[in-house]
Amino acid sequence: MDRSGRSSAKTGARLWLAGGWLVLAILAAILAPFVAPHDPLAQDLMLERLPPFWVHGSESGYWLGTDSLGRDLLSRLIYGGRVAFTVAFVAATGTCIIGSVLGLIAGYVGGWADRIISRIVDIWMAFPPVLFAIVLVAVLGTGLSSVIIAFVVIDWTRFCRVVRAETMNQVHMDYVDNARIAGFGRFDILVREVLPNVLPSIIALLSIAMGIAVIVEAILSFVNLSISTDDPTWGSMIAEGRLSIHQAWWVLVFPQITLFLTVLSFSQFGEGLKARFDPVLR
Amino acid sequence: MIAPCLDISNLSATLANGVRVLRSVSLTVASGEVRALVGESGAGKTMIGKAVLGVLPPSVRVVEGRVSLEGADLGSLASSERRKLIGAHAALIPQDPLTALNPSRRIGSQMTDRLVRLLGWDGARADTRIRQLLDEVRIREPHRVLRCYPHELSGGMRQRVLIAAAFAAEPRLIIADEPTTALDVTVQKQILRLIAELQREHGTAILFITHNLGVVAKISQKVTVLYAGKVVEEADVAALFSAPQHPYTRALMAATPRYTDPLASLKPVDETVLAGLAAEIAAADAGWRSAHG
Repeated sequence: MDRSGRSSAKTGARLWLAGGWLVLAILAAILAPFVAPHDPLAQDLMLERLPPFWVHGSESGYWLGTDSLGRDLLSRLIYGGRVAFTVAFVAATGTCIIGSVLGLIAGYVGGWADRIISRIVDIWMAFPPVLFAIVLVAVLGTGLSSVIIAFVVIDWTRFCRVVRAETMNQVHMDYVDNARIAGFGRFDILVREVLPNVLPSIIALLSIAMGIAVIVEAILSFVNLSISTDDPTWGSMIAEGRLSIHQAWWVLVFPQITLFLTVLSFSQFGEGLKARFDPVLR
Repeated sequence: MIAPCLDISNLSATLANGVRVLRSVSLTVASGEVRALVGESGAGKTMIGKAVLGVLPPSVRVVEGRVSLEGADLGSLASSERRKLIGAHAALIPQDPLTALNPSRRIGSQMTDRLVRLLGWDGARADTRIRQLLDEVRIREPHRVLRCYPHELSGGMRQRVLIAAAFAAEPRLIIADEPTTALDVTVQKQILRLIAELQREHGTAILFITHNLGVVAKISQKVTVLYAGKVVEEADVAALFSAPQHPYTRALMAATPRYTDPLASLKPVDETVLAGLAAEIAAADAGWRSAHG
């Protein structure tokens, strides 16, 4: 009793902390024009490399300082979140749907369907994912939709493998046989009996995939292969900050902290949701 | 003569490597009758149940024989028709109540689903029916149980739920596959009594699969003894216990442990009997193989 109480309190704290950061960051990104203190693209060479507010020499109104072109870091981080979260939600949902459907088919139908899908997954996973993404974007051309497509193409295998394995576990349970004896059709059994048992894992994976999508977008923009170079992204900010690390560490450090917290929050949020929604773990 | 509820004749099944797991099994269960199917583990008892209900694992293939349920030959029906017939007339009380309920769905929706979605009952009627059955299997506070997830119930409670579910649609035949094996001894007795009671009230035919001869004496009228997928003896319960015909049946009875002397009586089936059986089966297999190429 005591143990379960403590573990659910821990789950709760994890869920709230991670969820809190995500809500804050996502709201800021959505409301960027209203909450960002400055125009993220406005350059002012008089204000270049201002330090964050607690360091001597900072300028009021530029909370996290400015980069080497005098652009406000906080505003750029907020606007950068727009790209990051768009990619996170659209791309991760895309991989989730494609990967889960194929995983369910492979795990439930078995036989030749499983063999074909599993071989494709094996081949797919032999490619180094980031390199694969870079090549894909290079071929498709830069832009938000290319980044999303690249992510879906490289990441569906994660869902497919996990969902296939979980589905295979469930298919051998007696309750599936019972549903067959009762006379339910295969599709009915898959959707109403098997899927609810696989869903907690899908939800956890979805959240983790969102975190990975944020990283992949950052990597692509770090190597200048994401969206147009004008719009701020966390990856391009890290790339720029790297050049001035000795003069202005904050230009590099703040986007990295933002990226780190966001990715961590996505994965912790996913785990917390799984613990909450899985009736057996609960 | 009225067609029996379940009529299995000459049923043989093999594994992918050609090994026979069922050897020309014939067996009938008359309407309203309880027939026990007894054998050691691995004798193929569960396979017979699965073959009747159409849920054999893909590695097992039926190679010959006929199964008819309520006079309809299952093998001659299209698969969707067969599913419908089995769903309407048969049900299973499974061996392991832990995995036989869907862990992520509430008891209530699992139990009513079949009545509403397959048999077309309206929700209120299905709900009343389920509550009445939960009452019959002595579940107090059915409204609370209906809202539970399976893991919130004990093994005995889950087995009661499964028994209620099996009787819910008034099937003609229930296959009870070692329904008490996974439960502890005190609960076993209650569950057994419950099945016997519901069987009498509803007049359902039951094929009762077990390895426990003590259970056989309590619940059934007819017995079929199975060894290595082959029927070795078939008799009325009284006749079987007073005068077992086949040496294996006698050996099996001698091997039943007794409470008065648990250690000395706990001995395996006599080796010489098993050797005799093995020879009998090998001869039968040779004959079968030459007949089937």
